[in-house]
Amino acid sequence: MGFFGYFLRRLSLVIPTLLGVTIITFTLTYVLPGNPAVVKAGPLVSPEVVKELEKEMGLDQPAWVQYWRYISGVLRGDLGQSSSTGRPVLEDFRQRLPATLELTLASLLIALLIGIPLGVQSAVHRDTAIDHIGRIVGVAGVAMPTFWTGLLGLYAFFYLLGVAPPPLGRLGSGIAPPTAITGLYVVDSLLTGNWKALGSALHQLMLPAITLGLSVMAPIARMVRSTMLEILESDYIKSAWAAGIPRRRVIYGDALMNALIPVITILGIVFGFLMAGNAVVESVFAWPGIGNYAITSLMTKDSGPIQSFVLFVAVLYVVVNFAIDMIYGLIDPRIRLD
Amino acid sequence: MNAASVVDVRGLSVRFASDRGEIEAVDAASFDVREGEILGLVGESGSGKTVTATAILRLIRKPGRQTGGSILFDGRDLARIPEDELQQIRGAKIAMISQTPRTSLNPLITVGRQVARLFQLHAGLSAADSRKRALEMLTLVGIPEPERRARQYAHQFSGGMCQRVMIAMALTTSPRLLIADEPTTGLDVSTAARILDLLRDLGARTGASILLITHDLGVVATTCQRVAVMHAGQVVEIAPVRSLFRQPAHPYTRALVRSIPRIDREIVMEPVPGSVPSLLNPPAGCRYAGRCPWVEDRCRREKPAMTPVAPEHFVACFAVEDGRAAAV
Amino acid sequence: MADITETPIPLLRPATSTMRLVWLRIRRNWLSAIALAIIVAMILVALGADWIAPYEPDATDPDAALQSMSWHHWLGTDIYGRDLLSRIIHAARVDLTVAFGATAVALAIGSAIGAIAGHYRGLVDLVIMRCVDSVMAFPAFILAMAITAALGNSVGNVLLAIAITQIPTYLRLIRGEIFRIREMEYADAARVVGNPAWRIMFIHLLPNCLPPIIVQATLAMGYALLTMSALSFIGLGIQPPQSEWGSMTAEGAQYIVTGEWWLFLFPGLAIVIMVLAFNLVGDGLRDFLDPRMRGVR
Repeated sequence: MGFFGYFLRRLSLVIPTLLGVTIITFTLTYVLPGNPAVVKAGPLVSPEVVKELEKEMGLDQPAWVQYWRYISGVLRGDLGQSSSTGRPVLEDFRQRLPATLELTLASLLIALLIGIPLGVQSAVHRDTAIDHIGRIVGVAGVAMPTFWTGLLGLYAFFYLLGVAPPPLGRLGSGIAPPTAITGLYVVDSLLTGNWKALGSALHQLMLPAITLGLSVMAPIARMVRSTMLEILESDYIKSAWAAGIPRRRVIYGDALMNALIPVITILGIVFGFLMAGNAVVESVFAWPGIGNYAITSLMTKDSGPIQSFVLFVAVLYVVVNFAIDMIYGLIDPRIRLD
Repeated sequence: MNAASVVDVRGLSVRFASDRGEIEAVDAASFDVREGEILGLVGESGSGKTVTATAILRLIRKPGRQTGGSILFDGRDLARIPEDELQQIRGAKIAMISQTPRTSLNPLITVGRQVARLFQLHAGLSAADSRKRALEMLTLVGIPEPERRARQYAHQFSGGMCQRVMIAMALTTSPRLLIADEPTTGLDVSTAARILDLLRDLGARTGASILLITHDLGVVATTCQRVAVMHAGQVVEIAPVRSLFRQPAHPYTRALVRSIPRIDREIVMEPVPGSVPSLLNPPAGCRYAGRCPWVEDRCRREKPAMTPVAPEHFVACFAVEDGRAAAV
Repeated sequence: MADITETPIPLLRPATSTMRLVWLRIRRNWLSAIALAIIVAMILVALGADWIAPYEPDATDPDAALQSMSWHHWLGTDIYGRDLLSRIIHAARVDLTVAFGATAVALAIGSAIGAIAGHYRGLVDLVIMRCVDSVMAFPAFILAMAITAALGNSVGNVLLAIAITQIPTYLRLIRGEIFRIREMEYADAARVVGNPAWRIMFIHLLPNCLPPIIVQATLAMGYALLTMSALSFIGLGIQPPQSEWGSMTAEGAQYIVTGEWWLFLFPGLAIVIMVLAFNLVGDGLRDFLDPRMRGVR
């Protein structure tokens, strides 16, 4: 069979899913709520004008024609106009995407850097204090709404202690963004050696990234713990001990590399949580990303950005999950080589 | 006359805590493995053979712990030396191969790398040299096309091939003692025979002594020089292989020997009567008492000590001591 | 290791011994028992909000604006002098309605469609499962957000939106169980005896599906509460005079820069406590109903 067969099998599942996703977003955009022509024309317009607009917008056509027009528009990159910024949604997206990406990656990094060692230590020191602490952190972490932890962080570190900056975007006031290369301020300022911007970008990023990272840390730690428990009992770990391989290398090498395979598979779910949390955290910290953009649009009933955001996140989610499946296949020789 | 001991186990006891009390898996077991010999450690499953082997490497995991005895290796007690020193001994001076070769190799590391990294770790060789030595080692244990096979993973190997790799790994640093825990379990008969040949051959060539754990007396007869018999966590008899098969002394050993199928003699095969007694809070005295045809009151109260019955042949049994069992 | 001794409660045990077992399990899961008590208490508080709340939730009092915790106002007051505790108590109605309601709707619809997929199999099953895949291709919160945005702001729409995101869970659970039972002999026997299909479904299916569904539903309530509060935090679903814990937290967030911490802290704390309670009861039920499921997920 090999990797290629695995690739094709997965791909054949992705295409109908993407089709379904676009049908759902299409339905949500055009079919359900109030007549888009009325929305576009405004409330004070005669029915004749609305009819005219409907014809112009193609709303009198059958659903599948409308769907086809929608999907071909999406494929051409036409996501409509934003009525609040007056610009094409795609352009607004492009401008805001790096901010979202930077926050998401930073949170994922934090979640992995805390979650994995916590899970490993909980498994190695099973039923000891560290395991119990890990469990409490996990249970509490899942129960706390992200916006609330964000606000707690703001109150403690910004208002009380004054160590965090005010929640007003990606850079402190008066600091020019680094030369755009990737669009991620931290990376760009590192690449251009702009230390002032780097310091400010990290400072601004700290609290939102920790907030978002904490929200997904618990499932990662829990997964690592349970797979590590299983793997530490496995024959190859016993033989690694017997072969005199140093403790650290057995735990963080031999055992962890095997434990990470199932963790990779839940990264898809984690990514979904991150995308959802993103929108909320961005709005708490006024982070100028696409989630915040969509939520601001909600306030002004600007439907273009919202539905495009939803479509974008869903497609990204499907693609990310597909990519994760592929990585999984590449890493695990049992799939790659069979 | 006596060759020096490589490892000398004295009065080893291992207990496991459980919900219902202490399980005494090994009770004051004593035996030694001598320079260059293959010692068989036999007994039914659950008799504490594997636990004993694990204890030698001090790899007993919670809820188990060593509760008594010493394990002398190079004149030092393995039970009392610091963990980091022990790590230099494990794999390097005492190596182990297990009864589950297929699952004992890490599924995510290439087979060649698993052998090579032991050269790096224990012999301090460079990455390139280790790779070269690993290939030599794989050739030595009889892996065909070692260059190609070294780049493969455990799941692409058969059970017998995995065991050969395990042996290659165990012998990378010419250990002084190789513990082979049921190395042929789950292999077909001819593969098993070849693996045993390989062990015997390589043991002789590298000068490693071998502690061969098995429940199969047939394997002992063809492979070992001496044999220690374990029953329910106690060592009940130690003897040279010839002596043991010619005149088994302990009633348990007699039962075991009688249970081997023979083709050269017409003899009724009998299974060992009863089953291994519960090790949960075991009574004082001989643990074979419940299955023994010659049991008397004293056997249930006191534990018999090892006494010689022939040169190099020791047994722990009151009936043998008293001569009641001699005639049988 | 210890699990070996833990067999599910046999059906034909004398009642006293079963009761004893139940009691033992409860005693071991004291944390879950406390959590259950919290949920019951919160339901009672929500039902009796009109009598229990010390003030009218909407009663403004300009003289008592932005007061911190005191004997008069246990949890302080907001800028209009409304009593925070009373508002949290009244908001419990909305939150619990959505948590229970969304779960019930999802359970009903999910089970029905799952039963259809499991019963008819073939093309019907294929189409249904592709739809499920598509729904699950959205992160749940994002889908709920899109649906609420499309349907318009109302508690009912939020409830429906959350329910839709949770349908796949039950659908797959029921469908899987039907497939499993179909393979088993006693379903065949029942069919031979002439039981109509729906009878087979209910009599044989329900006892098998019930434990995992109850566990799942309890955990889902916590999740529904989180989703609902996040939706209303970003301004979806709840219209201003109405209050809900998430929207109250959002209102309170404005006062962080001036230091009125109680306004965001307590409504959020109510969410945390309730979600925690649902999760703990869910975990406890998992232990209680089916020890074999322990450690799964």
